[in-house]
Amino acid sequence: MSDRASPNVTRTLGPVHYYRCMAGIVWREALRFVQQRGRFIAALVRPLVWLFIFAAGFRSVLGVSIIPPYSTYVLYEVYITPGLIGMIQLFNGMQSSLSMVYDREVGTMRSLLVSPFPRWFLLTSKLAGGVAVSILQVYVFLLIAWFWEVQPPIAGYFALLPALVLSGLMLGSLGLMLSSVIRQLENFAGVMNFVIFPMFFLSSALYPLWRMKEASPLLYQICQFNPFTYAVELIRFALYMKVDWFSLAVVAVCTLVFLSLAVFAYNPSKGLIARRGGPGGAS
Amino acid sequence: MTTHALSITGVSHSFGARKALVDVNLDVAPGQFCALLGLNGAGKTTLFSLITRLYDNVSGTIEVLGHDVRRQPVKALQHLGVVFQNRTVDSDLSVLQNLTYHAALHGMSGAQGRERSMSELERIGLASRAHDKIRSLSGGQARRVEIARALVHRPALLLLDEPTIGLDVGSRQDIQDHVRSLMQEDGLGVLWATHLMDEVQDADQAVVLHHGKVLASGTVRTVIERQGASSIKDAFTGLTGPTVTEDAA
Repeated sequence: MSDRASPNVTRTLGPVHYYRCMAGIVWREALRFVQQRGRFIAALVRPLVWLFIFAAGFRSVLGVSIIPPYSTYVLYEVYITPGLIGMIQLFNGMQSSLSMVYDREVGTMRSLLVSPFPRWFLLTSKLAGGVAVSILQVYVFLLIAWFWEVQPPIAGYFALLPALVLSGLMLGSLGLMLSSVIRQLENFAGVMNFVIFPMFFLSSALYPLWRMKEASPLLYQICQFNPFTYAVELIRFALYMKVDWFSLAVVAVCTLVFLSLAVFAYNPSKGLIARRGGPGGAS
Repeated sequence: MTTHALSITGVSHSFGARKALVDVNLDVAPGQFCALLGLNGAGKTTLFSLITRLYDNVSGTIEVLGHDVRRQPVKALQHLGVVFQNRTVDSDLSVLQNLTYHAALHGMSGAQGRERSMSELERIGLASRAHDKIRSLSGGQARRVEIARALVHRPALLLLDEPTIGLDVGSRQDIQDHVRSLMQEDGLGVLWATHLMDEVQDADQAVVLHHGKVLASGTVRTVIERQGASSIKDAFTGLTGPTVTEDAA
């Protein structure tokens, strides 16, 4: 045998090994993102179109009264910026789910799941990678928005970070949960129609909820049951160095619920993959 | 007694009412080549999914180097290297990035991962392509990279699910030769799923899987003799039925 021969020693995996594994997964997500320039540009153009065009057009139509966390009248561009940040994270979370479906079909998800680390840890690491990428997108967007008169206090940029981590985790885990249900790549169009658009429009991203209440009490009720509303409010308050405790609680609870369901779905003994026959339809 | 690289005992698996595997028994000793012969739909991929713990076996036991995959997955999966049927390397990343990512998935440090990766790439003669994107490699080269990746963490057992599908004759032979040399050099146990009968040699172990059941097992020579056949192809056809002859060529 060569000097390379396996000693067949079984190692105990400690915190340092866990750290290396998570760092490796996050690094791969970042590498993939950086190398897919089209994805990076698309992720930026989408909210910028809303900011530059949509907000300009609706500036005069939609008046926004003084509501917390704002202490004065704000431009409509300023109002929708937290919603557009949420939109970046929403799309990113769903695109991560698309990449999961894609990964699963081409098999790279399988090579991830064959790692000796616990599955919940692997999935959480994958999620952390997606969140890191979304945060990068958000700060580049905010930098451009600054030149468009969206200028929150400097400290708000720092206060925003933990809110982004939490809202990113919630939307990412929602995507992760959906990825265990979606089998076909084409179904992402369905995700757009049935998840992204309703979540975005039935929230406080584009208009304050009191406006929605005036228009339709029913839609107002629906908006209040939309977790995305609370992600947007959490971001909005954080950007002005305030904490909306109720939104924080809702987002935290939703994150736990979505992530638990995703881990369950990927559980080798109980989950959906086990019942269905696995990625690509095992024969 | 030597611990088997892989030991499967009494494993059955169903998807709803459909029985994918029925009471499968199989052992792979260290340094042994075991060919899992079966047509498409025989249950090979399901068996691989159970060994790699994509989902759990509900009956029987699967042990990798003596560690139960279901009860001790952290220990068992450390000794397992897998080459999946579909390509699972990331085309957008370089050869080295793919391998070091895999090293991280096994908890290796960056330096250790790079060193192990380069060492495996040298063995397959692709060290000079370490920084090239996967998409620039030929099908055979990408397959060899997948084998190198599966060995970065020094497993005791290598699973290969139809690894030569879609490759030309020369590339197929290269991969066969490489894997067989690994067995001799490293004492690696190999489970090689295929429906291509020319990939097995007389001294190999063979397990014939058909509709989820093991129809025959033993050395290739024994399986041929028991069937009174002249070749493994004839023995396989005799066991699984004449309608499958063309597929099993």
